[in-house]
Amino acid sequence: MKIQRSKGTRDLSPQEMVSFRLIESAFRDCCLKWGYQEVRTPTLEYLHLFTATGTLTPSMLAKVYSFLDWDGWSGERVVLRPDGTIPISRLYIDSMAKEKLAKLFYVANVFMFEATGKKTRERWQCGAELIGARPPLADIELVMLALEVLRELKIKGIELRLSHAGLIKALLARMDVSAEEQIDMFDRILDGDMKALEKLKLKRPELEKTIDSLLELKGKPSGFSKELQRLFAEDLPECKPYIENCTRIAEFLEAMGYDYRIDIASGRGFEYYTGIIFQIFKGGEKIGGGGRYDALIPLMGGKDVPASGFALYLERLMGLIEPKALAQPQPPKILVRAELARAKEGFDTAGRLHKAGYRAECYLGVQKEADFDWTVELKDKLKFTLTNQAKKQKVTAETIDELLALLKK
Amino acid sequence: MKTKLKLALPKGRLLGETAALLQRAGWGLDDYQEQTRFYHITSKTMPRLSARVFHEKDIPIQVAIGNYDLGICGSDWIEELLVKYPSSALMKVKNLRYGEGALYATSAGGAATIEALRARPSTIRIASEYPNLAESFAINARLKHFSVFPLWGGAEVYPPESAELALVGTAQGFSLTPISRVLGVSAFLIANRESWKDKELGKMVASIEKALVPEKRKPEATKRPPTKAVQYTAADNDTVRLALPDGHQQAPTRKLLDKAGIRLDDYPSEKGNRRPNIELEGVSVKVIRPQDMPLQVANDNFDLAITGRDWLTEHLCQFPSSPVKELADLKLGRVKVVAVVSQERDIADIRDLSESEEALPIRVASEYINIADSYARDNRLNRYRLIPTWGASEAFLAEDADLLIENTETGRTLAQHRLKIIDTLFESTACLIGSTGGAASPLKKERMESITKTLRKAAEEIS
Repeated sequence: MKIQRSKGTRDLSPQEMVSFRLIESAFRDCCLKWGYQEVRTPTLEYLHLFTATGTLTPSMLAKVYSFLDWDGWSGERVVLRPDGTIPISRLYIDSMAKEKLAKLFYVANVFMFEATGKKTRERWQCGAELIGARPPLADIELVMLALEVLRELKIKGIELRLSHAGLIKALLARMDVSAEEQIDMFDRILDGDMKALEKLKLKRPELEKTIDSLLELKGKPSGFSKELQRLFAEDLPECKPYIENCTRIAEFLEAMGYDYRIDIASGRGFEYYTGIIFQIFKGGEKIGGGGRYDALIPLMGGKDVPASGFALYLERLMGLIEPKALAQPQPPKILVRAELARAKEGFDTAGRLHKAGYRAECYLGVQKEADFDWTVELKDKLKFTLTNQAKKQKVTAETIDELLALLKK
Repeated sequence: MKTKLKLALPKGRLLGETAALLQRAGWGLDDYQEQTRFYHITSKTMPRLSARVFHEKDIPIQVAIGNYDLGICGSDWIEELLVKYPSSALMKVKNLRYGEGALYATSAGGAATIEALRARPSTIRIASEYPNLAESFAINARLKHFSVFPLWGGAEVYPPESAELALVGTAQGFSLTPISRVLGVSAFLIANRESWKDKELGKMVASIEKALVPEKRKPEATKRPPTKAVQYTAADNDTVRLALPDGHQQAPTRKLLDKAGIRLDDYPSEKGNRRPNIELEGVSVKVIRPQDMPLQVANDNFDLAITGRDWLTEHLCQFPSSPVKELADLKLGRVKVVAVVSQERDIADIRDLSESEEALPIRVASEYINIADSYARDNRLNRYRLIPTWGASEAFLAEDADLLIENTETGRTLAQHRLKIIDTLFESTACLIGSTGGAASPLKKERMESITKTLRKAAEEIS
């Protein structure tokens, strides 16, 4: 019988895991330097964490992996974590709520059904959450952190797109529709349904100019922000602080020399976003994103704490890096060949070599010498024969210490 | 020769109109009629066509997994499958425009709007035969904390005491207040996606379309279904909430209660009354499906229930740490739960199946889906698929399943269907169940113990 992988899953090969770990360690290093602490949350969470308005949209909830646990007779469902941020907020409320500032990061898999099975249903994310700090500085720090990770990974040609959940909501609040429909429209914009804004135009023709400007004015120059400010000051004065928020971040990015554009309609993301939404693209493909979610923690039962965060999509980054260019130099690799009678000595030798910082393995009857930098042979009593595989030079040593000294040379 | 075509047809409420439609379409399925005793029907006019009669609820599953090419059933059961498994191989071909109705989320007084429900701080319990639609409704209604109780039937009797909401069809007619219309329902012709691609079904569908009665467009019932008020008396902390079985368990249960000297009105009820009065102080009674009782007792919606050990076992297989336990063996309705295969198959015991090297997964059909799952696991069936069924499971073998886990009293029905028993899992009788959880008041405890003792004694006397 042919064994098959479960549909929509993927294996990570040894080569792919090298890329995976390179990205993970670049991300960890950057986060630690910025004072973030690593956390890990369980793969299983209660479904109800994700169901309230302001968490995940119904269309996302229709794709989560939820089921009854072995003690789920109450109907309480558990879910394979569909998102990284909500579990972190839950962890913060559960055990860190006393801390005024929590800077947390994680590398985790998230699960979301995908019907064709061609894309993967289990995805890996590198995420950072900054809980307890207000805009714009906190948001700028997160953007900087994300961009620093990408710089460390030598990924160039990054494009940033900025949107603002508050702006979208304010626009919707102007409409003559129920609160329910507003939420529905917001969800559809966040789910990437562009037609939602077109429909909004039909309902409120007097907003057409503003909406068109929003849809069409996708640009970079800071002049654009001024244009936007002028436009909104006329039609939607309540949006002024949001525009200012966008502008400040935009100006900062411009001063730092980053390629960005404001694109309100591109506010794809999570329902929990309340403020700035930023998305990171490379060659038209989204490789990460984040935003501000000030309402989420109070909604989940925590205190009124502001927060924002982002995630980079690990698998997408894997296709964008050059592992060779990023890899740290590795210590020499040594094969220890010991005859069976001297097996213990062989393993001891490998252990000593490990301690000295070498990569060493014992010969199991299978390895090829050509794959190693050195070979150590334990054949004649008490003697080590050291062979340099490249130069085919042989030297002998009486003891392990002598052998180590020879290797150093 | 053209490939064979298999059709899944409903029994029950859609049978009459479906049979008439197929007659008009000339499909030659003459044996498909009310009171039919046949499960398998062959066409008199189309040699490639054969049909099998199912419980309506089975049909979307049977078509989706490819056991049947075409099927006819209500769109409620189609959506129940599709809302959970949108990428299944099931496609809706044609609205047949009969058997029309709707599914409603309903409550019994109290919170009568979705907004009011959303504002409730406690968990909202939703009872329904349509658990997937109920969950989807709750998510779309943005209810924060909800639990869905999947049911075999009788959802309308749950609110307000045992659930805040029931998701029910108008077909059932109900005494509850509709809050939200969840789904319009009518009969549909459905097809398996692969069959639709590979087998020429176009002509068949055309003949159905031609045979459809031209639409006398009934204006869709915009007005809500009529509701009749029911008096609910809230149970206090001392009241014992007792669940009695509906269906064919009613007569023996009544006999037992009579023997125990427990009198109650209108049980079994001809009008389908599910709230009979009991002449026992501090006890309230609801009549529900025995299948649903263990879960309800586990959730503290009932204190005592008379069900079968088979259904208790089924519950414990799904939830091993459930607080539900058997309090008394009532010794009624003795059946064996057995593993069954077709006589045609060269299988003497379960090992022959676990050691089989067939490329296809072993199809295990059962009403007891969790018992079947645990049995298959324990016996190391290598690769198997569970097929949930809703009654008349014996007709699934040999075509639509390889192994059946089923109850039997005498084994006669099984033999008639040319089936053989290869294993007995356990014996089941009616039993009284209760919960080890829940802190009952001393008075309630006393009442429960008294009922348990009385019933146990009566059961001894009858046997």
